[in-house]
Amino acid sequence: MTVANPPATRSAFKSLLWSLARFREAGLIVFILILVALVTLRNPAFLTADNFQDILLNISILVIAALAQTMVIITHGIDLSISSMIGLVAMMVAFVVKQNPEMSVVLAVLLGLALGAVLGSFNAMIITFGRVPPIIATLGTLSIYRGLVFYYSQGTWINSFELPEAFKSLSKGTPLGLPNMVIVAIVVAIIVHYFLNYTRTGREIYAVGSNPDAAQFVGIRKDRIIFLVYVLSGVLAGLAAVLWASRFESAQTNTAIGFELQTVAASVVGGVSISGGVGTVPGVLLGALLLGIIQNALTIVRISPFWQLAAQGLLILIAVVTDRWILNRTERARNR
Amino acid sequence: MNEYILELKDISKRFSGVEVLHQVPFTLKRGEVHALLGENGAGKSTLVKVVTGVHQADEGEILLDGVPTIFNDTHESRQAGIAAIYQELSLFPDLDVAENIFVGRQPTTAAGRIDWRKLYAQAEELLTSLGVHLELKHKARSLSIAQQQMVEIARAFSINARILIMDEPTSSLTLNEVDDLFRIVRRLRDEGAAIIFISHRLEELFELADRVTVLRDGAFVDTRELKDVTRDDLIRMMVGRTITNLFPKQDVKAGNVVLKVDHLTREGAFQDMSFELREGEILGMAGLVGAGRTNVARALFGVEPATSGTIHLQGKEVRMTSPQQAIALGLAYVPEDRQLHGLIPPMNITANISLPMLPKYARRGWLRDQVERSAAFSAAVQMEVRANNIWQKARELSGGNQQKVVLAKWLSTKPVILILDEPTRGIDVGTKAAVHALMSKLASEGMAILMISSELPEVLGMSDRIIVMHEGHLTGHFFREEATQEKIISAATQAVAVGGAQ
Repeated sequence: MTVANPPATRSAFKSLLWSLARFREAGLIVFILILVALVTLRNPAFLTADNFQDILLNISILVIAALAQTMVIITHGIDLSISSMIGLVAMMVAFVVKQNPEMSVVLAVLLGLALGAVLGSFNAMIITFGRVPPIIATLGTLSIYRGLVFYYSQGTWINSFELPEAFKSLSKGTPLGLPNMVIVAIVVAIIVHYFLNYTRTGREIYAVGSNPDAAQFVGIRKDRIIFLVYVLSGVLAGLAAVLWASRFESAQTNTAIGFELQTVAASVVGGVSISGGVGTVPGVLLGALLLGIIQNALTIVRISPFWQLAAQGLLILIAVVTDRWILNRTERARNR
Repeated sequence: MNEYILELKDISKRFSGVEVLHQVPFTLKRGEVHALLGENGAGKSTLVKVVTGVHQADEGEILLDGVPTIFNDTHESRQAGIAAIYQELSLFPDLDVAENIFVGRQPTTAAGRIDWRKLYAQAEELLTSLGVHLELKHKARSLSIAQQQMVEIARAFSINARILIMDEPTSSLTLNEVDDLFRIVRRLRDEGAAIIFISHRLEELFELADRVTVLRDGAFVDTRELKDVTRDDLIRMMVGRTITNLFPKQDVKAGNVVLKVDHLTREGAFQDMSFELREGEILGMAGLVGAGRTNVARALFGVEPATSGTIHLQGKEVRMTSPQQAIALGLAYVPEDRQLHGLIPPMNITANISLPMLPKYARRGWLRDQVERSAAFSAAVQMEVRANNIWQKARELSGGNQQKVVLAKWLSTKPVILILDEPTRGIDVGTKAAVHALMSKLASEGMAILMISSELPEVLGMSDRIIVMHEGHLTGHFFREEATQEKIISAATQAVAVGGAQ
């Protein structure tokens, strides 16, 4: 038995809680439910389908980028350049679309993915061939890629009226009931989940992060895995970039500035261990959802904008502490 | 068909200029268990890693089925059917038991999807055949050392290797587990696999192995049929050298007892250690790597406190719970791994030396530069540290000079008791002699020294008395006059209490 049987004296409710606690993400779910309940008490408008669709729309891009970040963090790395990659790819794709308004949106997406792959490969090369620690390497490219945005755009923005309708509705259209962007995020999440859990390469990502020396002993080619996650990070950043340009109907020099920290926050809140080897897709989805709900809720309960950022940070810390606390409690109970 | 499945021809390997293997030949037949034997540092583990491609030989040739082969990494050696259990545990703490066994080779469906059901079923089957009961979905992090070792063994067996290398697989297993393991090793051998087996338990080798190759100081000594040799032959082959008078230990009349340890125990590390240490005495502590000697030292120094038993310092009972306390009571500990525990490599010599004495060099929290510098300088001069100046970074120094800095650091605390853990490992002969001369001088000035060493000539040459540990127990106690290499090895490789004085 993995888990000790709950004593027979426990009530049905307690044993339900018990089985819930077996999930790694239990703490987060509990915290989200409490938050939703409290906010709804203050303002019933929070708990409506419309508002939730709004939240989902807002976190779709974050989910995609956070999943990229997660794969990197699992290998005990980090990709700080992800926001600049989004900014640069968004600018380049928007420019190409502006020049060729008749271009198929599928082609625009593919272009974004390809550009992202190139930028990600550059990160990967610095880290694997250059032996530069990931935090330094991507801190460098964070500036380089952002600098290229300015160089490429000559400081100008691409505005809504310059972009074709088809491109703008790529993210927001609802032919399948939900906005396309939400569906894309869900599909990406499913693919990444499958990749991480049902392919050897995916499992090797965990192995490399969990014990790099042992990975070498069992014949895993560590550098290939490291290379791969940074390329994948670039590819997903490219996808996020196209959706970003489409959703906000523009490409600006400051697109996605500071976004890299949100991707790290969503991952870490979602239970991804910064020391590598640990992290799940459902966890990261909950992490991103929590960030989205906090942001939305603070507006809805009319917290002063001056306070919002501080309140947001505070709630994130409370979420992480609660989560760890519940995890420790269940682990201790499990080990008894 | 070639007689040998694996043949090594004159393998040499150097690490940063130091030759750890010198033209070692080795042959392995199909269907044999071939024991590899030698003292700590004889080069066994390095030889194994050359075979599996973790390291590449600088000279020599590897023939697999008579064909010259070069393995650039472990991936290639695995492809060729070579599996290994390394001395250092190599599990993934965040993956579960079953996945640890199959990592990198998970069974997949035709579509390339990992077949978790099959993976768990195979893991279950494998562990059952090994006679092991482990919860497949527990993370490796939560396993005991012995359980981790069983997972490693299961991983090696799961490969169906033609050549299986086991580097001390039994070091933390119980007798029953060892029996299970041997049963399976024999079965594999009978099926035609070739096995290289490294163990310090000589009895095991006689029970299991067909041939034995002995290494000493990185060089080949001999390969023999086990049925043709005795235990004493093997010990003599391992030890080999004659003791020279390189060791300038002066005779000092031992003074009062400064340290008295009774029934000291730390669960899972060592049990029931009782010994005493006198002023002016060097007490040697011999045993194999992993026998628990370092744990005893760490317990005395308060790093990993003992769980039961008593420590008396100069007649007074103390409970050592922190290094700060130990330093205050006049203990100094020079750890085994200088890079890891003894030095702060990016800091300069002065800063390293003054580290334990900082409170003394400071006034109201502000460090008095002048005092710090002159104290560090005189300590460095006394130790004959060779460096450009005292601002040089510790990591830029040679191993020998690093060791001198560590010693200078602790001598500046003016300890009553000095604990040295492998004081001369990895340093050149000249520095070694200097360290030995210093130890002798310190003892003659009345310092009590506890010296852990795996190098028998050093133990025999420097110690007034010698205690020997085996698997966490005290198994031998000898005076300088009666101690011999054979007696010590005998005590260090079997759990029977041996010998003389109390």
